[in-house]
Amino acid sequence: MTIEVNGKSLETDEEGYLADLNQWEPEVATMMAKADDTELSDAHWEVINFLREYYEEYQIAPAVRVLTKAIGKKLGKDKGNSKYLYELFPYGPAKQACKYAGLPKPTGCV
Amino acid sequence: MAMLHTVNKSPFERNSFDSCLSHAKAGSSILLFEDGIYAVVKGSSASGKIQKASGVSIYALGPDLKARGIGEDQIIGGVTVVDYGGFVDLVTRHDSVQSWL
Amino acid sequence: MSEIKKFLYVNRKAPYGTVYALESLEVVLIGAAFDQDVSLAFIDDGVFQLAKGQKTTDIGMKNFSPTYSALGDYEVKKIYVEKESLEERGLTPDNLLHLTYEDEDEDYAEKDSIQFVSRAELSDIMDQQDVVPSF
Repeated sequence: MTIEVNGKSLETDEEGYLADLNQWEPEVATMMAKADDTELSDAHWEVINFLREYYEEYQIAPAVRVLTKAIGKKLGKDKGNSKYLYELFPYGPAKQACKYAGLPKPTGCV
Repeated sequence: MAMLHTVNKSPFERNSFDSCLSHAKAGSSILLFEDGIYAVVKGSSASGKIQKASGVSIYALGPDLKARGIGEDQIIGGVTVVDYGGFVDLVTRHDSVQSWL
Repeated sequence: MSEIKKFLYVNRKAPYGTVYALESLEVVLIGAAFDQDVSLAFIDDGVFQLAKGQKTTDIGMKNFSPTYSALGDYEVKKIYVEKESLEERGLTPDNLLHLTYEDEDEDYAEKDSIQFVSRAELSDIMDQQDVVPSF
């Protein structure tokens, strides 16, 4: 599978996760969201950018429980709960947000 | 006949390194790479054996040291660190190569 | 609720020569989702997994050592490193990553995850476990 971004054709796996995270650019997230009928707000970007930073530091996409706790610590308690995150990413905060962020599917996510 | 011996297994897990060291003749060289590089860490039981061996030149592959977090300040004296190009040069400079798996 | 079991993952291999180290780490991260009492032991060549300053660009493999620092987020708070294994390999605690977790009972104070234990102490720790997966 591939996704067309800025005239380039980027490879993804069968579930739509980017094959090479170095090919990521913000436009990738926008395009993937569009395919899910979602328009990305600042609140979405906050989570996407957080995930990219988490990956940069630890080389893994965090499990949803870990993500929720870490978001709460970084962005405030009102955002560190699954209700808030599921409203932003109804397909599952870890799965969907990681996909938009160009990360692999979270370890331990089925 | 100068021989190049290569060892890519940890000296603490297999006896490849010990066996190589006891068979290597004076004038030959030993190149340590992959997990074999752990033999040159200062203060380790394996590096003590290298220091007792005489007449054998010891080389270690730099990229494998770096990958494993073994700094050049952590390795014993007398070891020459080489890159992949140096690996090739060693092979061409010797008459034959024996890989201790 | 099922009863909480004590798991000790024993790591005995160097990080890049074989796939055991990475596999073990992935199993630990996945297993962390099931509220169990998880601890890790690094013995024999396993102590090399925790060496700091790993840079794998030149060997073309993924450097997974930064992931050990995420173990605290996954509620893995007990990491045992065997002193004798370190010494035999010419390593000291200073050569290892500094791993921490946040203690929820003490206002999220940052605490060291790694405990340096002797071989005898580790054999007692092993003896107290319900499940001991070894890699």
